[in-house]
Formats: sequence, structure tokens, C-alpha cells
Amino acid sequence: MAEKIFEPDLRVDLAGIALENPILAASGPFGYGHEYRELTGFKDLGGIIVKGVSLEPWAGNTPPRLAETPSGMLNAIGLQNPGLESFLEEDLPRLRGSGPRLLVNVVGCTVEEYVGVASGLEGVEGIGGLELNISCPNVKAGGMAFGTDPVATGLVVAAVRRETTLPLLVKLSPNVADIGAVARSAEEAGADGISLINTISGMLIDTAHKKPLLGNIFGGLSGPAVMPVALRMVWQVAEKVKIPVLGMGGITSADDALQFIMAGARAVAVGTGLFYEPHLPSQIKAGLLEYMKKEGLRNLGEIEGIARP
Amino acid sequence: MPPGQSNMLPRPFSVYKADTLSGEISLLIEIKGKGTALLAETAPGVSLKLLGSLGRGFPDLPPQSLLVAGGAGIAPLAFLAASTAAPRTLLYCARSADLLVCSGADLELPGLSVVEATDDGSRGVKGTAADLLSNRIKGSGAVFACGPRPMLAAVKEICSRAKIETWFSLEERMACGIGACVGCAVATTGGYRLVCRDGPVFPAEEVILDG
Repeated sequence: MAEKIFEPDLRVDLAGIALENPILAASGPFGYGHEYRELTGFKDLGGIIVKGVSLEPWAGNTPPRLAETPSGMLNAIGLQNPGLESFLEEDLPRLRGSGPRLLVNVVGCTVEEYVGVASGLEGVEGIGGLELNISCPNVKAGGMAFGTDPVATGLVVAAVRRETTLPLLVKLSPNVADIGAVARSAEEAGADGISLINTISGMLIDTAHKKPLLGNIFGGLSGPAVMPVALRMVWQVAEKVKIPVLGMGGITSADDALQFIMAGARAVAVGTGLFYEPHLPSQIKAGLLEYMKKEGLRNLGEIEGIARP
Repeated sequence: MPPGQSNMLPRPFSVYKADTLSGEISLLIEIKGKGTALLAETAPGVSLKLLGSLGRGFPDLPPQSLLVAGGAGIAPLAFLAASTAAPRTLLYCARSADLLVCSGADLELPGLSVVEATDDGSRGVKGTAADLLSNRIKGSGAVFACGPRPMLAAVKEICSRAKIETWFSLEERMACGIGACVGCAVATTGGYRLVCRDGPVFPAEEVILDG
């Protein structure tokens, strides 16, 4: 009898967002997509999570904002963004209908600001979901506090939940003692999915000048250096919640992506890896298809969390 | 080097020379860290990934322009100097002779006068870029400068007093190189702008050098 030929299907449903494939551009490195659209196109991306949008424009941090580290980098951009109004008028119209599903990363310094952005995006055409950024370690006044405390996480997620009918992902900070507890709190407050990890807080000192290298002193570590940490946290969160998980942190290959899926992620996002290889999404997609064919998988659901005992 | 080993980020460089007939470009790279050291060790024939050209370059050079280069800042200015045959002067400065790395032949261009200076007097005039510039600023068409920030600050002050149009080519650490990641921000009178997309060349009057 001839071997049965499966046609792999990369489509996944991430928290009610139907994706053509499980590869997303992570919020931040990809900006609002325009530049990469010109450089590589979007055809192999299932989704784009646009750079954090706040209610009012944010200026960002004092330079230097970047530093390379062994197998990774530190960034302290400070969520520089033109604000909700500019996003809706300038950026979103250029992205709409470009192919991948669009998710908007929502940032704020207060619950009211998060709620303001979420309600401003309600009913807007072309937006597939929200990713609530409660974890960016770069903004002294906000972000961090919500994501490091399960109670504060619950408060902000519940407040945004009341304002939006869009699928709501909550992006967790890795800079916590018990990531599972924060994830549970987000789920109980009405999140439809969890994305993780954001960057790991770190710093470097410029010994020639005897001072911190980054203008902001602290920055967020990303890239392959953080991948095992991210994978461990995805594993822990997938154990604690029933909602789907979007895994990210140092992914630079299809094998990395498969590890996140086997740890329990429904989909994956790439960020820092794009700086090394702008065509990374296409390479990962090709690698996933190859693996699925080799393993006779019809869809990735067959291996989601398969490494778990 | 494959991802996951050490260096992740691309490095930004100015074009030093370009041959439009052969399609060849030359870069002048100062070894400052691991990335540039790796590039310097790269054997002939090895393929490297290159993205470019990116951003905005210098405007056209008016006659009697002054080009002020500090150390490795010579790279974009040598390229600029080769773009015209109009009379122009290059002030090529560094701390000491060993840092004046640009070869003489590359600077032998029609209409170009070259004045070299070193802080320690080991080559050319003993003095700084500011010293050279102060003596020559009067009557110059425009000033184009690239080099360390303290040098640029001195150039800016002299040019602003003399009311001469001045342009800087700036450097910052970059990640994407195309304007998406907002990492290579530089403070300007119009807020943060990006060296990769809005620059690297900026009107000097707009740049806040200590920002």
C-alpha cells in the first residue's frame, strides 16, 4: 500500500484570530511594518503585532538605545511611538489589507491610558486583535508595575476587557518570580491568550567612559541568548492556563519555533532575529512545512505541547 | 556567522569609494569592537550580506566647500570629495599620524586641496580640526563634517558664528537599518530622528550633540 501523503496545513487559531500560518512579527523590531513591507514583503507572515501604541505620542528614551551582547542585544527604545491618533491616520491605512492579520500592541502608564487606546481601536476595520503590553521594562512610569504583580495585571486586563470585543492577548514580562501566577491572573480577568516573553531586564557598562552604556541605564535583553529562558516560561505558562500561548524570545530558526510549539505554544513570533535575517519568517515557514511533511503532520495542533509529560 | 553564536546585529558604514563602472564599493572600517574585528579578519572571496544604500546622503557640494574629517570620519567625506571637481578643501584631522589612515592616492582629486592636522603634530599641522577650520571658514561655500562628537560640537560653534551652512554625517548603533526599530535615534531640534532613515546626514543646526 502506498504511503499516505499528507498536505500540511499551517493555519492556526490564536485566541480567535485565524492565522494563515503560526509565524508573527513581534511588536517592536518590526515597527509599523512599512519598512519591512518594502524590504521583504509580508507573504510568509501569519500576523504582525505592530509596535506599541499609546494614547498620546511618546518621545522615547535618551540615546544610546541599543547595545549588542553575546548572542543578543539590549534595547531601551522607551516605546517611542506617534500615539493612537497618528497610528490610526498614518500607519493603519497603509497596513490594512496587506495580508497578515494585524494585532496592535497597547501600552500605557495608567489603566485609563490602556483603556483609552483599547476603546479607540474598538470597531476599527482591519484590526485582528490586541496585545496588551504590561511588561515593557523600559518605561519607568508604567508598564513594569502591572506585569510584575498578578493583582495589578488582573486590574488592567479586566478594565481593557470591558472596553474591547477584539481578541485580547496579554504580553507578560519575564522579570517576575512566578510567571504562572501572572498568566493565571490575566486569564481570570478575561484574556483570550497569553504572549511571552518580553525582554529580560539587563545593562552594560562602558568601561572606557566609566558609565552605563545605555542612555536609560537599563535595557531589555533579547535574541538567541534568551531563548532557553523564554522556552521555560512558555512551558510554565502553558501548564497554568487553558487559553492559547504565543511564544517568543530569541527564535531564529524553524527548530526554535518547533521547540516553542512542543512546549505548548499555539504560534510564535520573531523579533530580534529579523535584524540578522529579514527573511527569517519565510525561512521558518519553509522549515515548518518540511518538518511537517517529514513527520506526516496535517497540522501543528498535533504537536502543540507534545514535549510535555 | 550563523545566528545564535555571537554577533547578531548588522553594522552601519559609510561608502568610502564607489566605482560606478565596475559596480564596486569600498568601505573604510575602523576596528572598534567584535563586529568590526570580525569584518577585518574576513578572507578575500567570502560573501557578506549587505543592505543598502540607506538613508539620506550629503547635498551637492557648493564651490569653496570645506570638508572636515576626524579620524575614521574621513570615509563619507572622501566619497563626497570625489563627487565634484569644484574647488574644495579637505581638513583631515586626527589625534596622531597613525590615525590618518586614508591613503594619499585616494585624496589626489582634481580641485581638492588637502590639509592634514594632528593633535600631537606627528603629521601635518599641529592642532585640532577647530584650529584649521577657524582660519579658513571665511568665504567658504559650506561645511561638511564627520568625526567624533566633541569635534562636531566645535565645528558647529565656529560655523554657526560665521553663519556658514553646515552638514554633519552622524553615527549611532543600529539594529534594523531601515527605520523600523527606532534604535539609532539622535536628538534634534525637531525631536528624535533616526540616523538610518532621516540621516546619516543632518543640517548641523538641527543636531543636539549632547542630547
